[in-house]
Amino acid sequence: MIVTTEKLTKRYGDRAVVDEVSLSVRRGEVYGFLGPNGAGKTTTIRMLLGLVKPTGGTARVLGEAPGTPKALLRVGSLIEGPGFYPYLSGRDNLRVHAARRGLARSHVEAALEQVDLVGAAGQGFRRYSLGMKQRLGVAAALLGRPELLILDEPTNGLDPAGMADMRDLVRALTAQGQTVLLSSHLLGEVEEICDRVGVIANGRLVAESTVEQLRGDTVLLVRADPVEKAHVLIEGSSLHGDVLHVREADAASLVRTLVQADVDVREVRPLLRTLEEVFFEMTGAA
Amino acid sequence: MGSVMDTVMGSVMGTVKAELLRLWKWPATWVLTGVWLVMTLTFGYVFNYLALSGGTNTRDLSQQQLIGSMQPENAGAAVVRGLPMFGGAIVLVLAALAVGSGYGWGTWKTTLTAGPRRVSAMAGTLGALAVVVVVLVALTFVVDLGAAIAVASLEDWGWSLPGWSAVEAVGASLLIAAMWTAFGVFLGVATRGPALAVGLGLMWAVVAENLLRGVGSLLGPVESLTGVLPGGSAGNLAGAVGGSGAPGVLNDLSGTTAALFLLGYVVFFAGAATLLKVRRDLV
Repeated sequence: MIVTTEKLTKRYGDRAVVDEVSLSVRRGEVYGFLGPNGAGKTTTIRMLLGLVKPTGGTARVLGEAPGTPKALLRVGSLIEGPGFYPYLSGRDNLRVHAARRGLARSHVEAALEQVDLVGAAGQGFRRYSLGMKQRLGVAAALLGRPELLILDEPTNGLDPAGMADMRDLVRALTAQGQTVLLSSHLLGEVEEICDRVGVIANGRLVAESTVEQLRGDTVLLVRADPVEKAHVLIEGSSLHGDVLHVREADAASLVRTLVQADVDVREVRPLLRTLEEVFFEMTGAA
Repeated sequence: MGSVMDTVMGSVMGTVKAELLRLWKWPATWVLTGVWLVMTLTFGYVFNYLALSGGTNTRDLSQQQLIGSMQPENAGAAVVRGLPMFGGAIVLVLAALAVGSGYGWGTWKTTLTAGPRRVSAMAGTLGALAVVVVVLVALTFVVDLGAAIAVASLEDWGWSLPGWSAVEAVGASLLIAAMWTAFGVFLGVATRGPALAVGLGLMWAVVAENLLRGVGSLLGPVESLTGVLPGGSAGNLAGAVGGSGAPGVLNDLSGTTAALFLLGYVVFFAGAATLLKVRRDLV
Protein backbone atom coordinates (compact mmCIF):
# COMPACT_ATOMS: atom_id res chain seq x y z
CA MET A 1 0.00 0.00 0.00
CA ILE A 2 1.28 3.44 -0.86
CA VAL A 3 -1.27 5.37 1.21
CA THR A 4 -3.17 4.06 4.18
CA THR A 5 -5.38 5.79 6.67
CA GLU A 6 -6.86 4.25 9.78
CA LYS A 7 -9.89 5.99 11.28
CA LEU A 8 -8.48 9.32 10.13
CA THR A 9 -10.52 12.09 11.72
CA LYS A 10 -10.57 15.88 11.66
CA ARG A 11 -12.88 17.77 13.95
CA TYR A 12 -13.49 21.48 14.20
CA GLY A 13 -15.22 21.85 17.56
CA ASP A 14 -18.06 19.35 17.64
CA ARG A 15 -18.20 18.98 13.86
CA ALA A 16 -16.36 16.07 12.27
CA VAL A 17 -15.27 17.20 8.80
CA VAL A 18 -13.54 13.86 8.24
CA ASP A 19 -14.92 11.03 10.33
CA GLU A 20 -12.89 7.86 10.85
CA VAL A 21 -11.88 7.45 7.22
CA SER A 22 -9.92 4.27 6.51
CA LEU A 23 -8.73 4.05 2.93
CA SER A 24 -5.89 2.44 1.07
CA VAL A 25 -4.20 3.28 -2.21
CA ARG A 26 -2.19 0.57 -3.90
CA ARG A 27 1.08 1.12 -5.71
CA GLY A 28 0.68 1.77 -9.43
CA GLU A 29 -3.07 2.36 -9.44
CA VAL A 30 -5.22 5.39 -10.19
CA TYR A 31 -7.39 5.90 -7.13
CA GLY A 32 -10.43 8.09 -7.57
CA PHE A 33 -11.61 10.02 -4.55
CA LEU A 34 -15.23 10.95 -5.05
CA GLY A 35 -17.61 13.01 -3.00
CA PRO A 36 -19.93 16.00 -3.18
CA ASN A 37 -18.72 19.47 -2.21
CA GLY A 38 -17.97 19.69 1.50
CA ALA A 39 -17.79 15.91 1.88
CA GLY A 40 -14.26 16.05 3.31
CA LYS A 41 -12.15 15.15 0.24
CA THR A 42 -9.84 18.15 0.36
CA THR A 43 -9.44 18.01 4.14
CA THR A 44 -8.46 14.35 3.83
CA ILE A 45 -5.95 15.20 1.09
CA ARG A 46 -4.58 18.09 3.18
CA MET A 47 -4.06 15.67 6.06
CA LEU A 48 -2.19 13.29 3.75
CA LEU A 49 0.13 16.17 2.83
CA GLY A 50 0.62 17.40 6.39
CA LEU A 51 -1.10 20.75 5.81
CA VAL A 52 -3.84 19.88 8.29
CA LYS A 53 -3.21 17.91 11.46
CA PRO A 54 -5.66 15.09 12.21
CA THR A 55 -7.52 15.11 15.49
CA GLY A 56 -7.75 11.33 15.45
CA GLY A 57 -6.59 8.22 13.64
CA THR A 58 -3.43 7.66 11.68
CA ALA A 59 -2.14 7.98 8.12
CA ARG A 60 0.95 6.72 6.33
CA VAL A 61 2.13 8.02 2.98
CA LEU A 62 4.81 5.91 1.32
CA GLY A 63 5.40 4.35 4.70
CA GLU A 64 6.12 7.72 6.32
CA ALA A 65 4.17 10.11 8.50
CA PRO A 66 2.33 12.71 6.39
CA GLY A 67 4.04 16.07 5.96
CA THR A 68 7.56 14.81 6.68
CA PRO A 69 10.27 15.62 4.13
CA LYS A 70 10.78 11.88 3.51
CA ALA A 71 7.17 11.60 2.36
CA LEU A 72 6.74 14.98 0.68
CA LEU A 73 9.84 14.69 -1.51
CA ARG A 74 8.30 11.55 -3.05
CA VAL A 75 4.86 13.11 -3.55
CA GLY A 76 3.73 15.65 -6.13
CA SER A 77 0.49 17.46 -5.41
CA LEU A 78 -2.03 19.91 -6.71
CA ILE A 79 -4.60 20.95 -4.13
CA GLU A 80 -7.61 23.18 -4.76
CA GLY A 81 -6.03 24.97 -7.68
CA PRO A 82 -2.44 25.97 -8.25
CA GLY A 83 -0.66 28.35 -5.85
CA PHE A 84 1.90 30.39 -7.75
CA TYR A 85 3.43 33.88 -7.70
CA PRO A 86 1.34 35.96 -10.13
CA TYR A 87 4.23 38.24 -11.13
CA LEU A 88 6.55 35.38 -12.14
CA SER A 89 6.43 33.51 -15.44
CA GLY A 90 5.31 29.90 -15.50
CA ARG A 91 8.92 28.80 -15.94
CA ASP A 92 10.19 30.93 -13.05
CA ASN A 93 7.43 29.63 -10.81
CA LEU A 94 8.55 26.09 -11.55
CA ARG A 95 12.19 27.10 -10.94
CA VAL A 96 11.23 28.41 -7.52
CA HIS A 97 9.36 25.18 -6.79
CA ALA A 98 12.27 23.08 -8.08
CA ALA A 99 14.70 24.97 -5.83
CA ARG A 100 12.51 24.19 -2.82
CA ARG A 101 12.56 20.52 -3.75
CA GLY A 102 16.31 20.59 -4.33
CA LEU A 103 15.95 19.75 -8.03
CA ALA A 104 18.02 20.89 -11.00
CA ARG A 105 16.55 23.29 -13.56
CA SER A 106 16.49 20.53 -16.20
CA HIS A 107 13.49 19.04 -14.37
CA VAL A 108 11.54 22.23 -15.08
CA GLU A 109 11.76 21.90 -18.86
CA ALA A 110 10.81 18.22 -18.71
CA ALA A 111 7.72 19.02 -16.64
CA LEU A 112 6.72 21.88 -18.95
CA GLU A 113 6.97 19.52 -21.93
CA GLN A 114 4.82 16.92 -20.19
CA VAL A 115 1.93 19.36 -19.84
CA ASP A 116 2.54 21.01 -23.23
CA LEU A 117 3.28 24.43 -21.77
CA VAL A 118 6.76 25.11 -23.17
CA GLY A 119 5.52 27.76 -25.61
CA ALA A 120 3.79 29.80 -22.89
CA ALA A 121 6.35 29.17 -20.14
CA GLY A 122 7.82 32.68 -20.45
CA GLN A 123 4.47 34.42 -19.96
CA GLY A 124 3.48 35.87 -16.60
CA PHE A 125 1.37 33.51 -14.51
CA ARG A 126 -1.29 36.19 -14.00
CA ARG A 127 -1.91 36.22 -17.75
CA TYR A 128 -2.54 32.48 -17.94
CA SER A 129 -6.02 31.14 -18.64
CA LEU A 130 -7.57 28.91 -15.98
CA GLY A 131 -6.64 25.84 -18.00
CA MET A 132 -3.00 26.96 -18.37
CA LYS A 133 -2.80 27.63 -14.63
CA GLN A 134 -4.11 24.16 -13.96
CA ARG A 135 -1.58 22.61 -16.33
CA LEU A 136 1.23 24.53 -14.64
CA GLY A 137 -0.02 23.17 -11.30
CA VAL A 138 0.19 19.65 -12.69
CA ALA A 139 3.69 20.41 -14.04
CA ALA A 140 4.75 21.46 -10.54
CA ALA A 141 3.35 18.21 -9.17
CA LEU A 142 5.32 16.25 -11.77
CA LEU A 143 8.67 17.85 -10.90
CA GLY A 144 11.22 15.22 -9.97
CA ARG A 145 9.03 12.30 -11.07
CA PRO A 146 7.42 11.61 -7.69
CA GLU A 147 6.22 8.11 -6.85
CA LEU A 148 2.79 9.39 -5.82
CA LEU A 149 0.73 12.17 -7.37
CA ILE A 150 -2.13 13.66 -5.41
CA LEU A 151 -4.30 15.68 -7.75
CA ASP A 152 -7.33 17.55 -6.47
CA GLU A 153 -9.69 18.25 -9.38
CA PRO A 154 -6.89 18.36 -11.98
CA THR A 155 -9.20 18.94 -14.93
CA ASN A 156 -10.82 22.05 -13.45
CA GLY A 157 -10.90 24.76 -16.09
CA LEU A 158 -9.63 22.53 -18.89
CA ASP A 159 -11.47 22.38 -22.21
CA PRO A 160 -12.54 18.95 -23.54
CA ALA A 161 -9.25 18.52 -25.43
CA GLY A 162 -7.30 19.49 -22.33
CA MET A 163 -9.31 17.02 -20.26
CA ALA A 164 -8.57 14.26 -22.72
CA ASP A 165 -4.86 15.19 -22.59
CA MET A 166 -4.97 15.05 -18.80
CA ARG A 167 -6.53 11.60 -18.89
CA ASP A 168 -3.82 10.45 -21.29
CA LEU A 169 -1.18 11.96 -19.02
CA VAL A 170 -2.55 10.15 -15.96
CA ARG A 171 -2.61 6.87 -17.89
CA ALA A 172 0.97 7.46 -19.06
CA LEU A 173 2.10 8.16 -15.52
CA THR A 174 0.65 4.92 -14.20
CA ALA A 175 2.18 3.08 -17.15
CA GLN A 176 5.53 4.37 -15.89
CA GLY A 177 4.79 2.98 -12.43
CA GLN A 178 3.60 6.16 -10.74
CA THR A 179 0.57 6.07 -8.47
CA VAL A 180 -2.17 8.67 -8.76
CA LEU A 181 -4.71 9.69 -6.13
CA LEU A 182 -7.23 11.80 -7.95
CA SER A 183 -10.18 13.64 -6.52
CA SER A 184 -12.81 14.65 -9.00
CA HIS A 185 -16.45 15.52 -9.27
CA LEU A 186 -16.47 14.36 -12.91
CA LEU A 187 -17.78 10.84 -12.55
CA GLY A 188 -17.25 9.98 -16.18
CA GLU A 189 -13.60 10.89 -15.83
CA VAL A 190 -13.21 8.71 -12.75
CA GLU A 191 -15.04 5.88 -14.45
CA GLU A 192 -12.72 6.12 -17.43
CA ILE A 193 -9.32 6.29 -15.77
CA CYS A 194 -9.55 5.06 -12.19
CA ASP A 195 -8.80 1.52 -11.09
CA ARG A 196 -10.37 1.90 -7.68
CA VAL A 197 -12.64 4.44 -6.10
CA GLY A 198 -13.32 5.74 -2.61
CA VAL A 199 -16.62 7.53 -2.08
CA ILE A 200 -16.85 9.99 0.78
CA ALA A 201 -20.01 11.66 2.06
CA ASN A 202 -20.48 13.79 5.16
CA GLY A 203 -16.90 13.04 6.17
CA ARG A 204 -17.32 9.26 6.09
CA LEU A 205 -15.97 6.84 3.54
CA VAL A 206 -19.12 5.09 2.34
CA ALA A 207 -17.53 2.80 -0.21
CA GLU A 208 -14.15 1.72 -1.49
CA SER A 209 -13.79 -0.76 -4.31
CA THR A 210 -13.10 -1.11 -8.00
CA VAL A 211 -15.24 0.88 -10.39
CA GLU A 212 -16.75 -2.36 -11.69
CA GLN A 213 -17.76 -3.47 -8.22
CA LEU A 214 -19.30 -0.11 -7.49
CA ARG A 215 -21.27 -0.10 -10.71
CA GLY A 216 -22.61 -3.53 -9.84
CA ASP A 217 -20.83 -5.68 -12.39
CA THR A 218 -20.67 -8.34 -9.72
CA VAL A 219 -24.36 -8.08 -8.88
CA LEU A 220 -26.92 -10.05 -10.86
CA LEU A 221 -30.40 -8.77 -11.51
CA VAL A 222 -32.87 -11.66 -11.43
CA ARG A 223 -36.48 -11.41 -12.62
CA ALA A 224 -38.31 -14.53 -11.52
CA ASP A 225 -41.84 -15.68 -10.80
CA PRO A 226 -42.78 -16.01 -8.01
CA VAL A 227 -40.11 -13.60 -6.89
CA GLU A 228 -40.75 -14.18 -3.16
CA LYS A 229 -39.98 -17.88 -3.54
CA ALA A 230 -36.81 -17.06 -5.46
CA HIS A 231 -35.79 -14.66 -2.72
CA VAL A 232 -36.08 -17.43 -0.14
CA LEU A 233 -34.20 -19.90 -2.34
CA ILE A 234 -31.24 -17.67 -3.17
CA GLU A 235 -29.15 -17.00 -0.12
CA GLY A 236 -27.94 -13.42 0.20
CA SER A 237 -30.38 -12.03 -2.34
CA SER A 238 -32.19 -8.77 -1.77
CA LEU A 239 -35.65 -7.96 -2.99
CA HIS A 240 -36.13 -4.69 -4.92
CA GLY A 241 -39.76 -4.49 -6.06
CA ASP A 242 -40.31 -7.36 -8.47
CA VAL A 243 -36.62 -8.14 -8.98
CA LEU A 244 -33.83 -9.67 -6.94
CA HIS A 245 -30.25 -8.42 -6.60
CA VAL A 246 -27.77 -11.22 -6.02
CA ARG A 247 -24.17 -10.41 -5.15
CA GLU A 248 -21.16 -12.49 -6.27
CA ALA A 249 -23.29 -15.32 -7.74
CA ASP A 250 -22.70 -17.76 -10.56
CA ALA A 251 -25.52 -17.22 -13.07
CA ALA A 252 -25.65 -20.84 -14.31
CA SER A 253 -25.98 -22.44 -10.88
CA LEU A 254 -28.45 -19.76 -9.81
CA VAL A 255 -30.74 -20.51 -12.79
CA ARG A 256 -30.41 -24.23 -12.19
CA THR A 257 -31.47 -23.82 -8.55
CA LEU A 258 -34.50 -21.75 -9.46
CA VAL A 259 -35.65 -23.98 -12.32
CA GLN A 260 -35.28 -27.11 -10.20
CA ALA A 261 -37.51 -25.44 -7.59
CA ASP A 262 -40.13 -24.73 -10.25
CA VAL A 263 -39.52 -21.00 -10.37
CA ASP A 264 -39.86 -19.34 -13.78
CA VAL A 265 -36.70 -17.40 -14.65
CA ARG A 266 -37.51 -14.51 -17.00
CA GLU A 267 -34.30 -12.49 -16.89
CA VAL A 268 -30.79 -12.80 -15.45
CA ARG A 269 -28.23 -10.12 -16.24
CA PRO A 270 -25.47 -8.10 -14.58
CA LEU A 271 -26.91 -5.14 -12.73
CA LEU A 272 -25.10 -2.30 -14.47
CA ARG A 273 -25.52 1.23 -13.17
CA THR A 274 -23.56 4.26 -14.10
CA LEU A 275 -21.10 5.44 -11.51
CA GLU A 276 -23.21 8.56 -11.31
CA GLU A 277 -26.23 6.55 -10.15
CA VAL A 278 -24.15 4.73 -7.59
CA PHE A 279 -22.59 7.97 -6.42
CA PHE A 280 -25.93 9.69 -5.93
CA GLU A 281 -27.32 6.64 -4.17
CA MET A 282 -24.40 6.51 -1.77
CA THR A 283 -23.98 10.18 -1.06
CA GLY A 284 -27.64 11.03 -0.95
CA ALA A 285 -27.04 13.81 -3.46
CA ALA A 286 -29.45 14.30 -6.32
CA MET B 1 23.29 13.26 13.30
CA GLY B 2 25.56 14.76 10.68
CA SER B 3 23.41 13.61 7.80
CA VAL B 4 20.28 14.97 9.49
CA MET B 5 21.96 18.35 9.84
CA ASP B 6 23.04 18.18 6.19
CA THR B 7 19.46 17.44 5.13
CA VAL B 8 18.06 20.27 7.23
CA MET B 9 20.69 22.72 5.97
CA GLY B 10 20.08 21.55 2.42
CA SER B 11 16.36 22.20 2.66
CA VAL B 12 16.91 25.60 4.34
CA MET B 13 19.37 26.60 1.61
CA GLY B 14 16.95 25.38 -1.06
CA THR B 15 14.21 27.55 0.45
CA VAL B 16 16.55 30.56 0.75
CA LYS B 17 17.46 30.15 -2.93
CA ALA B 18 13.80 29.84 -3.95
CA GLU B 19 12.74 32.84 -1.85
CA LEU B 20 15.60 34.98 -3.18
CA LEU B 21 14.67 34.11 -6.74
CA ARG B 22 11.08 35.17 -6.25
CA LEU B 23 11.93 38.26 -4.14
CA TRP B 24 14.48 39.37 -6.75
CA LYS B 25 11.82 39.29 -9.47
CA TRP B 26 9.08 40.80 -7.29
CA PRO B 27 8.29 44.38 -8.34
CA ALA B 28 7.35 45.25 -4.72
CA THR B 29 10.94 44.60 -3.61
CA TRP B 30 12.30 47.16 -6.05
CA VAL B 31 9.49 49.68 -5.60
CA LEU B 32 9.94 49.73 -1.82
CA THR B 33 13.74 49.78 -2.13
CA GLY B 34 13.45 52.67 -4.57
CA VAL B 35 11.04 54.57 -2.31
CA TRP B 36 13.40 54.15 0.63
CA LEU B 37 16.45 55.29 -1.32
CA VAL B 38 14.61 58.35 -2.66
CA MET B 39 13.44 59.17 0.89
CA THR B 40 16.89 58.82 2.43
CA LEU B 41 18.43 60.97 -0.30
CA THR B 42 15.69 63.58 -0.18
CA PHE B 43 15.55 63.98 3.58
CA GLY B 44 19.22 63.29 4.23
CA TYR B 45 20.81 65.37 1.49
CA VAL B 46 18.51 67.24 -0.90
CA PHE B 47 16.61 69.23 1.75
CA ASN B 48 19.72 69.85 3.83
CA TYR B 49 21.60 71.02 0.75
CA LEU B 50 18.74 73.34 -0.23
CA ALA B 51 18.64 74.74 3.32
CA LEU B 52 22.37 75.28 3.23
CA SER B 53 22.32 77.07 -0.07
CA GLY B 54 19.82 79.75 0.91
CA GLY B 55 16.55 77.97 1.62
CA THR B 56 14.54 78.40 4.80
CA ASN B 57 16.14 76.47 7.66
CA THR B 58 13.03 75.78 9.76
CA ARG B 59 14.82 73.34 12.07
CA ASP B 60 17.20 76.07 13.19
CA LEU B 61 20.21 73.96 12.36
CA SER B 62 23.45 75.82 12.26
CA GLN B 63 25.34 75.87 9.00
CA GLN B 64 27.98 73.71 10.68
CA GLN B 65 25.39 71.09 11.64
CA LEU B 66 24.03 70.97 8.11
CA ILE B 67 27.50 70.55 6.66
CA GLY B 68 28.33 67.90 9.28
CA SER B 69 25.22 65.85 8.48
CA MET B 70 26.20 65.75 4.81
CA GLN B 71 29.88 64.90 5.30
CA PRO B 72 30.97 61.58 3.78
CA GLU B 73 32.41 60.47 7.15
CA ASN B 74 28.86 60.68 8.56
CA ALA B 75 27.26 58.50 5.87
CA GLY B 76 26.76 55.71 8.42
CA ALA B 77 24.80 58.05 10.70
CA ALA B 78 22.71 59.14 7.70
CA VAL B 79 21.70 55.51 7.14
CA VAL B 80 20.81 54.71 10.73
CA ARG B 81 18.82 57.86 11.53
CA GLY B 82 16.18 57.08 8.92
CA LEU B 83 15.51 53.54 10.08
CA PRO B 84 13.77 53.84 13.47
CA MET B 85 10.60 55.15 11.88
CA PHE B 86 10.18 55.61 8.12
CA GLY B 87 12.86 53.21 6.90
CA GLY B 88 11.68 50.67 9.44
CA ALA B 89 8.11 51.07 8.25
CA ILE B 90 9.18 50.38 4.67
CA VAL B 91 11.12 47.26 5.66
CA LEU B 92 8.17 46.10 7.78
CA VAL B 93 5.80 46.55 4.82
CA LEU B 94 8.13 44.54 2.57
CA ALA B 95 8.31 41.66 5.07
CA ALA B 96 4.58 41.70 5.82
CA LEU B 97 3.78 41.65 2.09
CA ALA B 98 6.35 38.95 1.34
CA VAL B 99 4.93 36.61 3.97
CA GLY B 100 1.25 37.65 4.05
CA SER B 101 0.72 37.53 0.28
CA GLY B 102 1.59 33.83 0.26
CA TYR B 103 -1.72 33.07 1.96
CA GLY B 104 -3.79 34.81 -0.71
CA TRP B 105 -1.79 33.45 -3.64
CA GLY B 106 -1.78 29.94 -2.19
CA THR B 107 2.01 29.81 -2.38
CA TRP B 108 2.41 28.76 1.26
CA LYS B 109 0.44 25.63 0.34
CA THR B 110 2.87 25.00 -2.54
CA THR B 111 5.87 25.74 -0.32
CA LEU B 112 4.82 23.47 2.53
CA THR B 113 4.07 20.53 0.22
CA ALA B 114 7.38 20.90 -1.65
CA GLY B 115 9.39 18.97 0.92
CA PRO B 116 11.02 21.12 3.58
CA ARG B 117 9.77 20.97 7.15
CA ARG B 118 7.79 24.00 8.23
CA VAL B 119 10.65 25.16 10.45
CA SER B 120 13.05 24.91 7.51
CA ALA B 121 10.59 26.75 5.25
CA MET B 122 10.30 29.60 7.75
CA ALA B 123 14.05 29.63 8.32
CA GLY B 124 14.53 29.88 4.56
CA THR B 125 12.05 32.75 4.28
CA LEU B 126 13.69 34.61 7.17
CA GLY B 127 17.13 33.92 5.69
CA ALA B 128 16.13 35.32 2.30
CA LEU B 129 14.62 38.42 3.91
CA ALA B 130 17.82 38.83 5.94
CA VAL B 131 19.78 38.87 2.69
CA VAL B 132 17.41 41.51 1.30
CA VAL B 133 17.87 43.61 4.46
CA VAL B 134 21.67 43.39 4.24
CA VAL B 135 21.56 44.42 0.57
CA LEU B 136 19.12 47.26 1.37
CA VAL B 137 21.29 48.67 4.17
CA ALA B 138 24.46 48.27 2.10
CA LEU B 139 22.80 49.97 -0.87
CA THR B 140 21.59 52.80 1.36
CA PHE B 141 25.09 53.30 2.71
CA VAL B 142 26.59 53.35 -0.79
CA VAL B 143 23.95 55.78 -2.07
CA ASP B 144 24.29 58.06 0.97
CA LEU B 145 28.08 57.98 0.72
CA GLY B 146 27.87 58.75 -2.99
CA ALA B 147 25.54 61.69 -2.33
CA ALA B 148 27.77 62.96 0.48
CA ILE B 149 30.88 62.80 -1.72
CA ALA B 150 28.99 64.55 -4.53
CA VAL B 151 27.89 67.38 -2.20
CA ALA B 152 31.36 67.70 -0.63
CA SER B 153 33.01 67.81 -4.05
CA LEU B 154 30.44 70.29 -5.34
CA GLU B 155 30.96 72.59 -2.38
CA ASP B 156 34.71 72.01 -2.34
CA TRP B 157 34.73 70.86 1.30
CA GLY B 158 37.62 68.95 2.73
CA TRP B 159 36.32 65.48 3.52
CA SER B 160 37.44 62.05 4.64
CA LEU B 161 36.05 58.56 4.18
CA PRO B 162 33.94 57.05 6.98
CA GLY B 163 35.80 55.30 9.78
CA TRP B 164 34.92 52.83 12.55
CA SER B 165 31.85 54.84 13.58
CA ALA B 166 30.31 54.03 10.18
CA VAL B 167 30.77 50.31 10.80
CA GLU B 168 29.01 50.76 14.13
CA ALA B 169 26.19 52.73 12.49
CA VAL B 170 25.76 50.19 9.68
CA GLY B 171 25.71 47.35 12.22
CA ALA B 172 23.05 49.20 14.20
CA SER B 173 21.11 49.79 10.98
CA LEU B 174 21.16 46.07 10.26
CA LEU B 175 19.85 45.25 13.72
CA ILE B 176 17.09 47.86 13.49
CA ALA B 177 16.07 46.68 10.00
CA ALA B 178 16.17 43.04 11.17
CA MET B 179 13.79 43.88 14.03
CA TRP B 180 11.28 45.59 11.73
CA THR B 181 11.59 42.71 9.25
CA ALA B 182 10.88 40.11 11.94
CA PHE B 183 7.94 42.25 13.12
CA GLY B 184 6.56 42.29 9.55
CA VAL B 185 7.01 38.53 9.19
CA PHE B 186 5.20 37.96 12.48
CA LEU B 187 2.30 40.17 11.42
CA GLY B 188 2.09 38.45 8.01
CA VAL B 189 1.87 35.01 9.63
CA ALA B 190 -0.41 36.09 12.47
CA THR B 191 -2.96 37.80 10.22
CA ARG B 192 -2.59 35.32 7.34
CA GLY B 193 -2.78 38.05 4.75
CA PRO B 194 -0.97 41.14 3.50
CA ALA B 195 -3.54 43.90 4.01
CA LEU B 196 -4.15 43.66 7.75
CA ALA B 197 -0.47 42.92 8.40
CA VAL B 198 0.64 46.06 6.55
CA GLY B 199 -2.10 48.17 8.16
CA LEU B 200 -1.30 47.04 11.68
CA GLY B 201 2.44 47.36 11.10
CA LEU B 202 2.21 50.90 9.79
CA MET B 203 -0.16 51.86 12.59
CA TRP B 204 2.36 50.63 15.11
CA ALA B 205 5.52 51.97 13.50
CA VAL B 206 4.27 55.41 12.54
CA VAL B 207 1.29 56.16 14.79
CA ALA B 208 0.96 54.07 17.97
CA GLU B 209 4.44 54.59 19.42
CA ASN B 210 4.35 58.33 18.69
CA LEU B 211 0.99 58.60 20.44
CA LEU B 212 2.36 56.70 23.43
CA ARG B 213 5.35 59.06 23.55
CA GLY B 214 2.87 61.92 23.66
CA VAL B 215 1.04 60.28 26.57
CA GLY B 216 4.43 59.55 28.15
CA SER B 217 5.05 63.23 28.73
CA LEU B 218 2.04 63.11 31.09
CA LEU B 219 2.59 59.68 32.65
CA GLY B 220 6.06 58.66 33.83
CA PRO B 221 5.64 54.85 33.57
CA VAL B 222 4.39 55.14 29.99
CA GLU B 223 7.39 57.29 29.10
CA SER B 224 9.75 54.61 30.47
CA LEU B 225 7.88 51.98 28.50
CA THR B 226 8.07 53.83 25.19
CA GLY B 227 11.86 53.75 25.32
CA VAL B 228 11.93 49.96 25.20
CA LEU B 229 9.15 49.35 22.68
CA PRO B 230 10.30 48.19 19.21
CA GLY B 231 10.39 51.68 17.70
CA GLY B 232 11.75 53.19 20.91
CA SER B 233 14.59 50.66 21.11
CA ALA B 234 15.39 51.29 17.46
CA GLY B 235 15.39 55.05 18.04
CA ASN B 236 17.64 54.74 21.08
CA LEU B 237 20.15 52.58 19.23
CA ALA B 238 20.17 55.02 16.32
CA GLY B 239 20.73 57.89 18.77
CA ALA B 240 23.53 56.01 20.50
CA VAL B 241 25.51 55.49 17.29
CA GLY B 242 25.34 59.08 16.10
CA GLY B 243 22.03 59.29 14.28
CA SER B 244 20.29 62.55 15.05
CA GLY B 245 17.86 65.06 13.68
CA ALA B 246 15.31 62.59 12.35
CA PRO B 247 11.88 61.52 13.63
CA GLY B 248 12.05 58.54 15.98
CA VAL B 249 15.67 59.00 17.05
CA LEU B 250 15.96 59.01 20.86
CA ASN B 251 18.67 59.37 23.46
CA ASP B 252 17.14 57.74 26.54
CA LEU B 253 18.93 54.38 26.63
CA SER B 254 22.50 53.26 26.18
CA GLY B 255 23.39 51.65 22.86
CA THR B 256 24.02 48.28 24.49
CA THR B 257 20.66 48.23 26.29
CA ALA B 258 18.81 49.28 23.13
CA ALA B 259 20.67 46.66 21.07
CA LEU B 260 19.77 43.94 23.58
CA PHE B 261 16.11 44.91 23.45
CA LEU B 262 16.21 44.85 19.64
CA LEU B 263 17.87 41.45 19.66
CA GLY B 264 15.13 40.23 22.00
CA TYR B 265 12.46 41.52 19.65
CA VAL B 266 14.09 39.80 16.65
CA VAL B 267 14.15 36.48 18.52
CA PHE B 268 10.60 36.97 19.83
CA PHE B 269 8.99 37.96 16.51
CA ALA B 270 10.85 35.35 14.43
CA GLY B 271 10.20 32.66 17.04
CA ALA B 272 6.52 33.51 17.44
CA ALA B 273 6.02 33.57 13.65
CA THR B 274 7.73 30.19 13.28
CA LEU B 275 5.74 28.70 16.13
CA LEU B 276 2.47 29.89 14.59
CA LYS B 277 3.49 28.55 11.19
CA VAL B 278 4.42 25.16 12.61
CA ARG B 279 1.37 24.70 14.81
CA ARG B 280 -1.44 26.05 12.66
CA ASP B 281 -3.31 24.11 9.99
CA LEU B 282 -3.02 25.53 6.50
CA VAL B 283 -6.61 25.55 5.26
